[in-house]
Amino acid sequence: MSNEIQLTIDGKSIVAKLGQTIVEAARDNNVYIPTLCDFKNLTPAGTCRVCSVKVDGRVVVACGTRVASGMVVENESAEMTDTRKAIIEMLFVEGNHMCPTCEKSGNCELQAIAYHYRITAPRFPFLFPKKSLESVHPLLMLEHNRCIQCRRCVRGIRTKDGKGVFAFKNRSNNIELIMDKSRADDIDDELAAAAANICPVGAIIKKGVGFSTPIGERTFDKQQIGESYGK
Amino acid sequence: MANKPIVATASLAGCFGCHMSLLDIDERILDLIQLVEFDKSPITDIKNFERKCDIGIIEGGCCNSENVENLKLFRKNCNILVSLGECAIMGGLPAMRNGIPIQECLEEAYLNGVTVDVGDEPIIPNDEELPMILDRVYPCHEVVKIDYHIPGCAPNADLIWDFLTTLVTGKDLELKYETLKYD
Ligand code: SF4
Ligand code: SF4
Ligand code: FES
Repeated sequence: MSNEIQLTIDGKSIVAKLGQTIVEAARDNNVYIPTLCDFKNLTPAGTCRVCSVKVDGRVVVACGTRVASGMVVENESAEMTDTRKAIIEMLFVEGNHMCPTCEKSGNCELQAIAYHYRITAPRFPFLFPKKSLESVHPLLMLEHNRCIQCRRCVRGIRTKDGKGVFAFKNRSNNIELIMDKSRADDIDDELAAAAANICPVGAIIKKGVGFSTPIGERTFDKQQIGESYGK
Repeated sequence: MANKPIVATASLAGCFGCHMSLLDIDERILDLIQLVEFDKSPITDIKNFERKCDIGIIEGGCCNSENVENLKLFRKNCNILVSLGECAIMGGLPAMRNGIPIQECLEEAYLNGVTVDVGDEPIIPNDEELPMILDRVYPCHEVVKIDYHIPGCAPNADLIWDFLTTLVTGKDLELKYETLKYD
């Protein structure tokens, strides 16, 4: 009993378990908080800031903040919605997101959140950074133009003997995803598919798959992200 | 009917897909011409602005000097200017050359590309009649003020229909999930 606490999200009272993050508690209570870098069973990284909420007047990341008794969370206020839209728009202009040419289009979480917020054009100027498309493995391509540095692949993809496969080199604007080529032999079809799937965007591409699902039948063609949260 | 809103359209660095999508509203085009009047547009083949228009619809971004001139002309002659489609909004496929030096692009296209006919003496086209190509492709709203953006490649016909009809009737547009797509 004592491990249950009560807090409010946008004025709605919810019950959460002590030790849960705000995102987890919201999910259990059918409240959608958009996330990109957060992924089930991975330690939160807090890299994308899309889950930003206001707690007691401060903006914090909901994926990396634990619930507390009596906490007052502001999730869908005009201010937080605009903040999140700005973050999503930034992610678009900081890469080269040519959705019409992208294998992930329709299944992409970044795009899905932009649809969720009905973004028609970013408020920031496009940076058109110079980035490359790299064939790193017989089964995998890295499309650096689309990587949002969420680190889901870094945290979530391991070889059978538990070794990491992806990492980042450089810092700030020059940051770039790399694949450890010495692990190439350990990447079988299954792990390659897992890598492409854990990536929320189209930055890790499994070769030979391409545009396999017709338009209209892709994950987010008809169903909005977060819709299953019963809002 | 008098005083129907006047619509002008242009295709800059686009593929005409957005204009095709406008025609994809099918028989509703008959309703549309009850609501608006088309002026300068590839659809009417009217080449010059003879009067001020209410709505200008732009397909494609700016890849050369002529696109820029045309876009500025539209801004001057239209009260409301709309970017229609990914190319107008963010450069689209033509913008895939952004980040590659223009010299390299031209050499690849006209001198070194695999489809260049080596039988002739290949040259980079330089006739003074040709518009100057820009260093990169520019989204329309980075060149002039754009009032509305309608995404899609090409934009869904229903989205175009909803947008135009709500705009001319002065209602608020509710962007439907199924019609707002970037591809
Ligand atoms: S990764 Fe997502 S947002 Fe980026 S181009 Fe692909 S579909 Fe569009
Ligand atoms: S490749 Fe994908 S999963 Fe990995 S950091 Fe980039 S966006 Fe995230
Ligand atoms: S989901 Fe919380 S910071 Fe990315």
